[in-house]
Amino acid sequence: MHACASALTAVRRIHANAASMMLRRAADNSSKALKEGHAKESKLEKTIMNSLSWVIGGAQGSGVDSAANIFSRACAIGGLHLFGKREYYSNIKGEHSYFTVRISDRPVHSHVDEISMLVSFDAETIFRHFEEVTASGAIIYDSDIVNTLLDEVPTVDDPAVARIKKVLQKAGLGFTVQDALEHAKRRGVILFPMPFFQLLKEFAQEANDPALSRLTRMVNVMALSASMAIMDFDSEVLARAIQFIFRTKKKVADLNVQACVHTYNYAKAKFAGSNFSYRLKIKPPQPDMIIVQGNQSSALGKMVAGCRFQTYYPITPASDDSEFLEANEILDLYDSGKKGSTVVIQTEDEIAALTMAIGSALTGVRTATATSGPGFSLMAEALGWAGMNEVPVVISLYQRTGPSTGLPTRHEQGDLNFAINAGHGEFPRIVFASGDIEESFYDTMKVFNFADRYQMPVIHMLDKAMANSLITCKNFNVKKIAIDRGLRVKQITEKDKGVADNYLRFKLSNNPISPMVVLGTKNAIFWNSGDEHTEEGHITEDPEIRVQMMDKRMTKLDVAIKEIPDEDKAVAYGSGDTVIISWGSTKGAILDAMDILAVEGMRVKYIQVRLMHPFPSELVKSMLKDAKTVIDIEMNYTGQLGSLVRQHTGLEANYHIVKYNGRPMSLNEVYNGVKRIIRGDAPRRQVLKSGA
Amino acid sequence: MALKLSDYKTDVHNDWCPGCGDFGILNAIQMALADLQVPPHRTTIFSGIGCSGKTPHFIKTYGIHTLHGRVLPFAQGAKLANPELEVIAVGGDGDGLGIGVGHLVSAGRRNVDMVYIIFNNAVYGLTKGQAAPTLKLGMKTKSLPQPNVNNSVNPIALALVAGFTFLARGYSYDVRHLKELIKKAVAHNGLAFIDVLQPCPTYNDINTKEWFQGLDNIDPKAGKAIPRMYKLEETGYDGEVHSPDEINQKMSQVIEKSNEWGNKIPIGIFYQNEHVPTYQERIIARIPDYMENPPALQQIADNEGKTVTSIDKLLADLQVIK
Repeated sequence: MHACASALTAVRRIHANAASMMLRRAADNSSKALKEGHAKESKLEKTIMNSLSWVIGGAQGSGVDSAANIFSRACAIGGLHLFGKREYYSNIKGEHSYFTVRISDRPVHSHVDEISMLVSFDAETIFRHFEEVTASGAIIYDSDIVNTLLDEVPTVDDPAVARIKKVLQKAGLGFTVQDALEHAKRRGVILFPMPFFQLLKEFAQEANDPALSRLTRMVNVMALSASMAIMDFDSEVLARAIQFIFRTKKKVADLNVQACVHTYNYAKAKFAGSNFSYRLKIKPPQPDMIIVQGNQSSALGKMVAGCRFQTYYPITPASDDSEFLEANEILDLYDSGKKGSTVVIQTEDEIAALTMAIGSALTGVRTATATSGPGFSLMAEALGWAGMNEVPVVISLYQRTGPSTGLPTRHEQGDLNFAINAGHGEFPRIVFASGDIEESFYDTMKVFNFADRYQMPVIHMLDKAMANSLITCKNFNVKKIAIDRGLRVKQITEKDKGVADNYLRFKLSNNPISPMVVLGTKNAIFWNSGDEHTEEGHITEDPEIRVQMMDKRMTKLDVAIKEIPDEDKAVAYGSGDTVIISWGSTKGAILDAMDILAVEGMRVKYIQVRLMHPFPSELVKSMLKDAKTVIDIEMNYTGQLGSLVRQHTGLEANYHIVKYNGRPMSLNEVYNGVKRIIRGDAPRRQVLKSGA
Repeated sequence: MALKLSDYKTDVHNDWCPGCGDFGILNAIQMALADLQVPPHRTTIFSGIGCSGKTPHFIKTYGIHTLHGRVLPFAQGAKLANPELEVIAVGGDGDGLGIGVGHLVSAGRRNVDMVYIIFNNAVYGLTKGQAAPTLKLGMKTKSLPQPNVNNSVNPIALALVAGFTFLARGYSYDVRHLKELIKKAVAHNGLAFIDVLQPCPTYNDINTKEWFQGLDNIDPKAGKAIPRMYKLEETGYDGEVHSPDEINQKMSQVIEKSNEWGNKIPIGIFYQNEHVPTYQERIIARIPDYMENPPALQQIADNEGKTVTSIDKLLADLQVIK
């Protein structure tokens, strides 16, 4: 009985939000526990506590981000866990952007397709998302815009217009916002009209400042406040979150808090007794939690790792990394009155970004550059130079949708093959992939250690989904990973010298890794050349030295694969003979889907490959040893990891779940995709397509 | 103990063609370093690709032979990470004015305190004599199948408008003069550019040593060749910007002088302007102890490998509750 109750609690926790809707809709709802759960816990239908998928949308530049950040902060202060993600166009102002935040009592790692509460203050958000709002969900909207026609919203592009019209037409509806709302209402969605303009006017009167009525930019906070009122969220905590987000602008903060309170009270009174079943109840927050974005975590890791020089050329979504470093270029040091500092240089292009980074690295500085696909393409030649001259340098590769300009602000994991193979000829490099924001902090310290220890370029694979996500997690432990600078010689003694008093930078010995000295060191003159070179670094075309130097460089990879611990190569979660193999930021959706599958009695193992090159063939092979079904899950067309696995282990994935529409995988998609495979009615390749 | 010229020489076999202008430039660099007594370990010569790219291998300082066209960003990266280094970048005309010209322009905007020397012989030597960006329109060197169809770039004027703050031109066979230019360029506080005219005895049969000497241009009275080169400093030309209000006038005369070609080719210092803050000074404005504690000299870990960097304040900002 007790076990059953706790199982039900688990089910409720996991399913209470949109995921349960999804499960109920599933054709084969075989989970007995789930059915019983819904039958017995009919209250569940009435009040769904602390578990929802909240979306706010609006034109770019209209405060969608601030509102979502306030919402997230408020929930985090209120002791709730969250996963947020931002979607936006390659545009400065006007195009549709939206922010999804999934809230739970327990840690969450992904988004779901359904929306429990859609918060809007423009027409486009309704048109873009009304279909995604779940049956018992809600839409908050501006009651002044209900007559807006779909055709009157210029930023809804033609293919989207055609799709939306088809849906409305099929329901015998017209093409206004009201029609879209009606469509949702028929499915059970609860509508919350908000007269934002009227409220602003009232608020201005109340504050005795007529100018305030023109402050339409506060509508974002007002819409957010209405949603919080409807969900009974603690208004004081909400006000604290607003104060925090606008902490550098006290006046703005105070004004927004006032507008919030005004709207909150209005909505509370007006919508009292609504049927909306989702509630957010604050809890004492867990100690030492942070709320962090993926475009901050790696930059923070760089500071701790001792990266003191970073170059970049502006590119989405990588620039945030560099800008965060530059904004915080003066660094505090422990146990020292002195300060450290990071020199961040915006270069003329990515060729200069990497070559300048290499120049810096030659002086002994831990150096990085951050880029995305198009920029990384330009770095290929310099990457080879770094490999040839055994230079430790880190490239943070924030992948986005390619090829070419692709979908410049959208997500993809399409650069794995390229990262492993970029550059002509053969040279060593390490390619390392993080799976989530928290990992990316610690991994950043690791990639600098790899670069120093093996004296080669390291490509740290990150992506748009991670960069533009927001999570709550345990505060970062800055002392967890020690700094390892590898074999380095600071002072040169007579015996360190080689021929003609020069230092043998590329000394041939039993150890393919020669001690590194840096430019400026006394008695250690050496040369570097992109040409094949001697131990001193002078040009040579000697066939024997060529072979020795190739062997020296390439066998460093053998050392790396031997030394790098298994947990940095590939990690297994769960157990079972159905095995998911994946890499990068698909991790969150996979882990969350596995939780639900487990509740339904479907045990799945997940192997997250982290060291992509040199490929941990033996380890992955042994991890796949007992697998009956191998499912490759990736955000690209060809299943690049799947090919790597086949290439290095001879094992072939039985199924592929791929996605390349630019939107990250949702929990639903992974859950449904894997479930179909387990049930035995899946094609060998499933292409996922969700996301607006 | 004073450093001798030989202290700056390596025993690497030099495989430039006999009579190559590169030898004069190499000698001038080594002589300048010896004159300045710059410790070899504090000096790094960066080079691009081509015949000139081999230069660092012949100089006994740190030598970094980089990629085609990319010598400037490599060199700037090292200098900015460790401003104690004396950095000299060298490269050919194709390297710096063709494939790498974008970096030349961007380097000018930064004004990093270092020297850039272009070996200008108007041809791509190592790939067998194609037209370089400094070859004049319509010229047909013996290695070209057709006359050059592109106009030539004016390196000095380009570097000027890009923002270089020291501009000079030397001639590879006037080694002493070139050496003095290099010494002044090293002493200059900012980004210095030296355009060095040099013959390519193998592929440029137009701008030959004899042509530069004016052997085809005999003074009918004296019966002697009239050298094409003349020294700006001997004409009373003053390229130095003494006060910021002279900038326009000084820039104009650079354009005018650098356009001279044919029978009268000026060498010497065209321009020097120390009123522009160097990139290092711009960094100091933001990071006050940058020169004493640049990236290369910062300690990042304690003896046990623990980080010395505290991000506590930044994490406090992310913390849900304080």
